[in-house]
Amino acid sequence: MNINFTLVSQALAFSIFIWFTIKYVWPPLMQAIEERQKVIADGLAAGERGKQDLELASQRSTEVLKEARQRAAEIVTLAEKRASEIIEEAKLIAKEEGSRILIGAKAEIEHEVFSAKEVLRQQVAEIAIAGAARILRREVDAGAHADLLVSIEEEIK
Amino acid sequence: MAADTELTPTSYINHHLTHLTAHVSGDGGFWTLHVDTFVTSLILGVLGIGFLWLVVRKATAGVPSKRQAFVELTVEFIDSQVKNTFHGDRHTFVAPLALTVFVWVLMMNAMDILPIDILAWIYEHLFGLHNWRTVPTTDVNTTFALALSVWLLMLFFNLKVKGVAGWAYELFCTPFGKNPLMWPLNLLFNFIEYVSKPLSHSLRLFGNIYAGEIIFLLIGMWAATGVTGTIFGTLLGAGWAIFHILIVTLQAFIFMMLTVVYISMAHESH
Repeated sequence: MNINFTLVSQALAFSIFIWFTIKYVWPPLMQAIEERQKVIADGLAAGERGKQDLELASQRSTEVLKEARQRAAEIVTLAEKRASEIIEEAKLIAKEEGSRILIGAKAEIEHEVFSAKEVLRQQVAEIAIAGAARILRREVDAGAHADLLVSIEEEIK
Repeated sequence: MAADTELTPTSYINHHLTHLTAHVSGDGGFWTLHVDTFVTSLILGVLGIGFLWLVVRKATAGVPSKRQAFVELTVEFIDSQVKNTFHGDRHTFVAPLALTVFVWVLMMNAMDILPIDILAWIYEHLFGLHNWRTVPTTDVNTTFALALSVWLLMLFFNLKVKGVAGWAYELFCTPFGKNPLMWPLNLLFNFIEYVSKPLSHSLRLFGNIYAGEIIFLLIGMWAATGVTGTIFGTLLGAGWAIFHILIVTLQAFIFMMLTVVYISMAHESH
């Protein structure tokens, strides 16, 4: 156990090793490690962001779905309302049409009745004239009593 | 094992605990170099740090290879330890320093697990080296070199962060207060602290690994006493080696943590 020049040589070797490690070993590895840490951190952040986006999108989709469902319900209600309206309208129109047809029919009937009455009256007037003429044949001069005959005829009409 | 000497416990242990030395200048004394310690530690350092470098050079920020993942695991483990202790910009100096210390000391300690006698045979017959100690951390020179380097860094950062005045204030006025009567006591206390730091730092590592090595030698000696000795020697050697995996790692970790703690203490004023 004697101290000698070996100590100096070892110290020199030590300092060279330290220098080498500081200059060539430590920095590149640290750089690589730090770069990787950054990459990992970025990846984690991106993942987090993606998760957030997904959450937002799913939230949004639920909203849209809800809105659409609401809208569909509204449309259905509206359609039902419209349908009943249309039915009501149709009923109304049908009623009007019916009454109009009825009126037309009545008027026609009346007209028929009227014209029948007319024909009847004519025939009655003719029969009456004919009867009167038969009764009055001798006494009545068609020429002298023409105005009388016309007035009777007009009265019957 | 030495073929030309008689094999006794003393010669066996001496053989394993003798350094291969070279004289840098003159005829020894301080100018002696433990070639085995120096070369082994250098090889291990180059292997360890070089492996890190090879992996890190091709490091990608994408999906890492298994090797890169292993290196990242080690580095992030050390980085988190440093982060808990050192508050400041650790990436420019302290964390790489901790990585260097941990990897290098771990590699040097791990040599302890390799079977000493097989290695001795390889050194003797393949390289013609009679004495070669494989574990650099069983040489106080190594541990002191590391601890003193850390100590000098500690002084450097004390001066750099606190300035001369700030450091002097700390030396004289902590921990017992700034009463002038307390100055000598404070200084003495700090002096003891500054002396004991590198001592405990280096001797803890040295003591643990050296003791482990000695126990391996004792087990090896027992294995040479006969069949029973061989069987028990093998079992105990295996057991001790497995336990040593823990010691090796733990001591490397403790040495690194103390390095970080000392350097961060130099950064923080009281």
